[in-house]
Amino acid sequence: MKEPFLLSSLREGETGLVAGLAAAGSLRRRLLDIGLTEGTPVRCLLHSPFGDPAAYEIRGAVFALRQEDSRQVVLNAIAQEAAL
Amino acid sequence: MTAGRVIALAGNPNVGKSTLFNRLTGLHQHTGNWPGKTVENARGRCTFAGQEYLLVDLPGTYSLLAHSAEEETARDFLCFGHPDACIVVCDATCLERSLNLALQVREISPRTIICVNLMDEAAKKGVHIHRQVLENTLGIPVVTVSARDGRGIEKLLETVEKVCTEPEKGPLPLPVPEEARRAVGVIEPVLRQQGASLPQWASLRLLEGDTSLKNTIKEQWKIGGTLLDRTLILAQKELEKSGLTSETLTDRTVASLAKGAEEISRKACKNKGRSRVSQQLDRILTGKWTGIPVMLLLLAGIFWITIAGANIPSQWLWEGFSWLGEAMSAGLIAIGAPPWLEQVLVMGIWRVLSWVVSVMLPPMAVFFPLFTLLEDLGYLPRVAFTLDHCFQKAGACGKQALTMCMGFGCNAVGVTGCRIIDSPRERLVAAITNSFVPCNGRFPPPLKGRFLSHQKGKKKDRYIKYSGP
Repeated sequence: MKEPFLLSSLREGETGLVAGLAAAGSLRRRLLDIGLTEGTPVRCLLHSPFGDPAAYEIRGAVFALRQEDSRQVVLNAIAQEAAL
Repeated sequence: MTAGRVIALAGNPNVGKSTLFNRLTGLHQHTGNWPGKTVENARGRCTFAGQEYLLVDLPGTYSLLAHSAEEETARDFLCFGHPDACIVVCDATCLERSLNLALQVREISPRTIICVNLMDEAAKKGVHIHRQVLENTLGIPVVTVSARDGRGIEKLLETVEKVCTEPEKGPLPLPVPEEARRAVGVIEPVLRQQGASLPQWASLRLLEGDTSLKNTIKEQWKIGGTLLDRTLILAQKELEKSGLTSETLTDRTVASLAKGAEEISRKACKNKGRSRVSQQLDRILTGKWTGIPVMLLLLAGIFWITIAGANIPSQWLWEGFSWLGEAMSAGLIAIGAPPWLEQVLVMGIWRVLSWVVSVMLPPMAVFFPLFTLLEDLGYLPRVAFTLDHCFQKAGACGKQALTMCMGFGCNAVGVTGCRIIDSPRERLVAAITNSFVPCNGRFPPPLKGRFLSHQKGKKKDRYIKYSGP
């Protein structure tokens, strides 16, 4: 198993599994609300032209997260997408 | 007091809740393709089989646990507003997410109906929903609809009628986590004694540290503040003994909801995944080199169509109004009105009015439908996504690009649209700076003036451009 890393460092096309959230308070609730609970697979779909907000597929829906927010999400495993 | 049954309409943002509401009530509340359109409860009436229903459109929320104003409004109405039934509108294209809220509503509303909307879009995306499986797993009625073309609406109303006339099933609470059981055991009897309707659910929320709910409970259920506070402190101690804190208990609740939703959707929903075409399109629309040129071209195209296309009806309107004005002044002179009156009425009031209408109405009538088209195609969120970084540098939010574009049509609409921005500071920035976007009544005078005077070839028309706002 790899070292834990942050969602913000996930590259396009990669899928990671959520290990936990570093955020507290309302941001934490918001991230939980969009489905980032432990064990959830998150796939990075694409980055915006300037690289900052990136689009992630979480539980079947696409969300754009800013880096400051995606840095609060800790992942612990990476799964290379077999198809595509 | 109420003539009809009260039906609450809950759902995530952007699941077509407002479209369904409009379908049911015929009341045209503007709907938008982004979160947070409904901040206050919109109400509308609808009649089915001789029974009148009062529909309350709750703000779109992902959950009833978090502490945003929208979520509190929705939760308070469901808990303390005593609706006769609640329809939870779900998105067929991502059922799992919608089910999270559905499970929470099911916990507190004794008569819940699941309405899976956007079935047409789901079919396009290759998502299949087994209605019967969903209904059996959830234990509450499920109706599938496509609110946009009205399919399934009749069935939904039939179900609402059936649910309202049958004896209520009662809320279906989720199991209490093992470790929290003792703590809940401290609060629950106290709440029950005071006649609270959802003692177990409320106990858990209080243990999670929901202060806004605590205050509402004190008001609504007439529970003495000191009694409640003291019980809560005891219960918190009990909770800590079991090795939990408010924070970890919240995490558990959220995780168990997510898990529940995941399981149900796995049973009831077959998904083929996102289509390749839409993925490729996204790459172009938000790509590193293509995103911004495509956006500029599209927006330039819209402005060109708006300005060029609006000139023709503008001219017709202006000619029509001028003809009417001349007829009026001829009429006034014929009945012997003094010249100053004719000047005030026709050259003053009438002319200004006709200028404003003929300059402002046609561009709006062209611009807003075009903008709506982009919205329906889902392009606008992608613009926000592309531009967010630039706006971030200025301490603003990418969604401001949309409200600014709306501002080109009308600043009032642009400012109202700012509610789509979540962060209060960014929302304020967007609202204040919106007035710097020249709306179509204030397009740069050289540009617009030339268009108009070129079209009409009349000497006075150059002044038309100064009619604002």
